[in-house]
Amino acid sequence: MKLTSRIPVREQDPEIRKNNFDEVSFGYNEDEAAAEASRCLNCKKPMCVTNCPVGINIPGFIMHVKGKNFREAASVIFKSSVLPAVCGRVCPQEIQCEGKCILGVKGEAVSVGKLERFVGDWSRENNVSVPVSAQPNGYKVAVIGSGPAGLTCAGELASMGYSVTIFEALHKAGGVLEYGIPEFRLPKEKVVTYEVENVRRMGVKIITNAVIGKAGNIDDLFDNEGFDAVFVGTGAGLPVFMNIPGENLNGVLSANEFLTRINLMKAYDDDFDTPVRTGQRVSVVGGGNVAMDAARAAVRLGAEVTVIYRRSAEELPARKEEVHHAHQEGIIFRFLTNPVEVIGNNTGWVTGLKCVKMELGEPDESGRRRPTVIEGSEFIVDTDTVIMSLGTSPNPLIAGTTPKLETDRRGCVKALDENGTTTREGVFAAGDVVTGSATVILAMGAARKTARAIDNYIKSKHTGKQ
Amino acid sequence: MYKVIEKKYIGPDIWQMKVLAPRVARYAMPGQFVIVITDKKGERIPLTICDFNRKEGWVVIVLQVVGFSTGRMAALNEGDAFADFVGPLGQPSLFINEEKEELKEKKFIFVAGGVGAAPVYPQLKWLSENGVTADIILGARSKEQLILLDDLKKVSDNIYVATNDGSEGTKGFVTDVLKTLIEDKPGYYKECIAIGPMIMMKSVAEMTKGYGLRTVVSLNTLMIDGTGMCGACRVTVGGKVKFTCVDGPEFDGHQVNFEEAMRRQGMYRKEESESHRCNIDEAVEASHKNNKR
Repeated sequence: MKLTSRIPVREQDPEIRKNNFDEVSFGYNEDEAAAEASRCLNCKKPMCVTNCPVGINIPGFIMHVKGKNFREAASVIFKSSVLPAVCGRVCPQEIQCEGKCILGVKGEAVSVGKLERFVGDWSRENNVSVPVSAQPNGYKVAVIGSGPAGLTCAGELASMGYSVTIFEALHKAGGVLEYGIPEFRLPKEKVVTYEVENVRRMGVKIITNAVIGKAGNIDDLFDNEGFDAVFVGTGAGLPVFMNIPGENLNGVLSANEFLTRINLMKAYDDDFDTPVRTGQRVSVVGGGNVAMDAARAAVRLGAEVTVIYRRSAEELPARKEEVHHAHQEGIIFRFLTNPVEVIGNNTGWVTGLKCVKMELGEPDESGRRRPTVIEGSEFIVDTDTVIMSLGTSPNPLIAGTTPKLETDRRGCVKALDENGTTTREGVFAAGDVVTGSATVILAMGAARKTARAIDNYIKSKHTGKQ
Repeated sequence: MYKVIEKKYIGPDIWQMKVLAPRVARYAMPGQFVIVITDKKGERIPLTICDFNRKEGWVVIVLQVVGFSTGRMAALNEGDAFADFVGPLGQPSLFINEEKEELKEKKFIFVAGGVGAAPVYPQLKWLSENGVTADIILGARSKEQLILLDDLKKVSDNIYVATNDGSEGTKGFVTDVLKTLIEDKPGYYKECIAIGPMIMMKSVAEMTKGYGLRTVVSLNTLMIDGTGMCGACRVTVGGKVKFTCVDGPEFDGHQVNFEEAMRRQGMYRKEESESHRCNIDEAVEASHKNNKR
């Protein structure tokens, strides 16, 4: 076997998967996983671990996969993550663990993500779950939001002996894993529900349909429900629109609406009641992972899809694998293009998107080259559906109803340190609600640290020392 | 699960249900709404809160069977349960935050059309409990569609009825009655609250604008999550884009772009009728089965 190249992962053929919502990647089988694992050099100073936001002992679990000791591999991962089958699928590994892999210098990095996914799937199929051994310590923590941050924080605290209750506003737990990321990238029943149940099996109570900020606020959680600390992991759920003329025409919607209908409400399945519409020609505005998800979901509903992005291919913020898959599925990319107006007909439905051409200038504060408008370059893209996917911002529901909880000008909850300490005593926050929209794994990493800070806070408060 | 503890047939295809939902009941305020899901394949349907009891932990909703999903909801009987029932959502009625003394100086005129009577009830109840004068015009196509008449009588000072066919009260539209009332006692009413079909709210707002009568409307837009996440419910109010679910559902009726709101309301009409047409009749039938009227 060549050390320089990966064991390829089997995938659904693009021409077939364009017509279904089944998962694109089949993942490794046992032999493939062991073969890929044997490529790992088991470095003395593993950069992959340093680059993993939750610090999984990556060579440790990979060595067990190599020896086909999958149960042991799972227990290594469970020490750092309760969502291996999720992270193996949705982490941007190329800029994290795999990005610093020494094999990547001369060839391809070890396929850490696919190996993690394999272990996550194996443990589910073999009923190996996160061990719980902690004695209850009698303290109660409320976790608001059941997305990656909330689940991670809850799992960590439960394993320390805390009695943890998660409050989820929607009717299903999982946050963005349920409503945002589509089935073809992250299966819901099989993977998300199972890993959420894993957290429940650790003793965490999950209350759905509980909108904190409306049905009680954080003060109520402290004063009436007796919680010792509160973790805010409510993510960044508010859609951003462009504020251009015609944006309220029929046929213009946020990626959040489109994806929630499809993912959470299963509108693509005729058995479910929620409707979804895509016209013949869909334009998705934006270039992030959410834009790719919306575009690829629209393809599966039978539309011809164009992604409109104001910078060039190089600056696309989406994961490489998603962009690659999008290309394979026939999605058209219009780079250096920015919409300025949505055009409609006399019944108020979208018929086109007036755009301008852009060119890249000097780098801006994000380090990417700033796009500027080319004068007189206006043209119209024919389209009957426009999906705005320009990022999201935190929901003000919690901050607006919690005295002394400060936010910054983007509406993100202010974290005073790396441990998720906020301006309100006893209230901690991590994930997208602090950083603005980022990735699943960054939220998990921050939530893990914050769980330790919550432990310290409660212990020092009750014993007077840390 | 959220158990239906009482179900009443109160008009043609209109049902009133009392649902056990203690967390919602504990925090509910007049003007707010809930989102209800019948079962795991169901849609998230927003419905205004008609009544609630914090102690007993129940919330009353009124639903009119207008399509597949509402038909499936109405098919639940006493003892059955909704899979999900979330709330309270949206802002409470604007008057709740006003000074009580100032409120007592005000005279309110409510205009309720069809099932719009349901969200009006808790508002009138609150005002009457706080000693504020409020009259109501209740309108419907005909007598049978007049709902909650007796309940509304108890919590209002004067009740005026209008039906399009004249089968009860004044023959005509609620706006006809409103116009007469305003002109009979110029300046008597300080605020109008109109809740009903979009077209009715639009007509009321257009009329009251001419009299300079402040008018609040409660919008029933499309929505999915009800917490500000999807943006399906966006409306233009005073030239600014607002989300009905978190900024509303009540808005200044003179500022709402009703044309746009009505157009957006119909966005999924085609999908709904195409995929479920064959099932609507079935669902309506199911909603009547085993139900005593």
